Amino acid sequence: MHPAFSIIILTTLSGLGYGLAAVLGLGLLDPAATATKCAHVLALALISAGLLSSTAHLGNPQRAWRALSQWRSSWLSREGVMSIVTFVPLLVSAWASITEGAYLPLPGLIGTVLCVVTVYCTSMIYASLKSVQAWYTPLTPACYALLAATGGFVLASVFAFAGGGNTRALPLLAVGFLIAAWGTKLRWRERMKSLVPLSTPESATGLGNIGRVRLFERPHVTENYLTREMGFKVARKHAKKLWRLALVAGAIVPAVLLLVLAALGGQGVLPVAIASLAALAHWLGVFVERWLFFAEARHSVVNYYGG
Amino acid sequence: MTTLPALPTPKKLGLVIDLDTCVGCHACVVSCKEWNTGGYGSALSDQDPYGADVSGAWLNRVHSFEVVPEGGEVVGEAGQARIVHFPKSCLHCEDAPCVTVCPTGASYKRSADGIVLVDEDKCIGCGLCAWACPYGAREMDLAAGVMKKCTLCIDRIYNETLEEVDRVPSCVRTCPASARHFGDLGDPNSAVSKLVAERGGMDLMPEQGTRPVNKYLPPRPRKSLAESAHTLPLAENTEGARGFFAWLDGMLDRI
Repeated sequence: MHPAFSIIILTTLSGLGYGLAAVLGLGLLDPAATATKCAHVLALALISAGLLSSTAHLGNPQRAWRALSQWRSSWLSREGVMSIVTFVPLLVSAWASITEGAYLPLPGLIGTVLCVVTVYCTSMIYASLKSVQAWYTPLTPACYALLAATGGFVLASVFAFAGGGNTRALPLLAVGFLIAAWGTKLRWRERMKSLVPLSTPESATGLGNIGRVRLFERPHVTENYLTREMGFKVARKHAKKLWRLALVAGAIVPAVLLLVLAALGGQGVLPVAIASLAALAHWLGVFVERWLFFAEARHSVVNYYGG
Repeated sequence: MTTLPALPTPKKLGLVIDLDTCVGCHACVVSCKEWNTGGYGSALSDQDPYGADVSGAWLNRVHSFEVVPEGGEVVGEAGQARIVHFPKSCLHCEDAPCVTVCPTGASYKRSADGIVLVDEDKCIGCGLCAWACPYGAREMDLAAGVMKKCTLCIDRIYNETLEEVDRVPSCVRTCPASARHFGDLGDPNSAVSKLVAERGGMDLMPEQGTRPVNKYLPPRPRKSLAESAHTLPLAENTEGARGFFAWLDGMLDRI
């Protein structure tokens, strides 16, 4: 599948934003601290940037509002509706923290639940497509939710070191989530690599009872929308290297940095800088992971194109 | 509404494509493009149409496959491998995954005749329906930013200003080999349903659970070239000649 830049930005940034908002909704950061107030603003900014970016790949973005109408059947529509609903408790929580320095448990917890639901809807857009076998598994929503939560805890650690909260519990929670998320992702990838293709050139053409089917000639000599959109191959060549990069940047670097910081404890400029580096590395890792999520997935239409 | 019709549609209009007789001439591809660029919805645009890297939106494409039996040889004279030309367009599935994923309600299946259509005024061009379709039957029109697909020539089949013989999809009307048939596959007594029953019509990718309406007729078993060869009359053989030719044969023998 073609890894559209706008969709990778959308899913990674909004995932990070929803993760941070979910941690804030649990009340794990001191609501009166300036760092926490900044965290609220950052979470909302990340979510908004992600959602705005998602409209960039539309052919007719001016009609995007119509996407809110089909929540009964479409996960994409559900994602749109939930992302707007989620803004309500998140804005209330942010307002309470910024103006009153207070944590409101009810909007906070509702916000956390809705963040999880929204990320789940995003992941189900992919996990519901039987035509893309690698995505068609409950492990897909598990990876999306865990990676978003991990990003949230890593970012929350940055704000904890900036004076917003406990400098041991948050980084340690973040490390726990790093292990869970990348462990799940590892299982997702193992599953993908061991897949027996559901559809083959034989089943796609119905000619399997005659013999082995091989593409002889494409319909047209040049590329088309289908081969560009579903037959993407550029990253596959370097998939192994990219996966290692994702693991090192997304899992190992932030885990080591946060463990060292948690052991040392204390707040200040240096811990904030190092924790920020951990957060940046994690985002880079998730970005590469998301690139591979699209680039490595094989669509059943390639059976008609000799893929 | 992008939920599928609750009840089975009373009619299941669709195509039956005969892989035995298709000669791979691409006439259906061209006539489809020609009719649909001026018919339902926006024009079917091409990008860089006169350049080296031409591409565009097509609703029907013909692929060609080589089929090799178990242990068979690819060499043509061995009579084992064979080429099958394979036209592919929307199959108007009963459980169309392209319909339910649509976030705007632009993609829908008609409850009266089962035709799957895109309401282009509602389409935002997100491309998710093309991802959901396992067959690659949908292509984005890059100029209009909306999804295009086979309409089963809805602007022909119900069009009473056309001669009755022309009220079939453009691809069916144009096929010089009569490899394409149009009709109601929900009616077991229709010509297409009988054809499907007689020839063992099949679904593409049944494992995807889409229940396609369009059916494909498999190629008939083929004799090897060697088997067919001895039935051909040889130039030296005058056996069975009658009338003038028998007389001429006799006369020439005597000279």
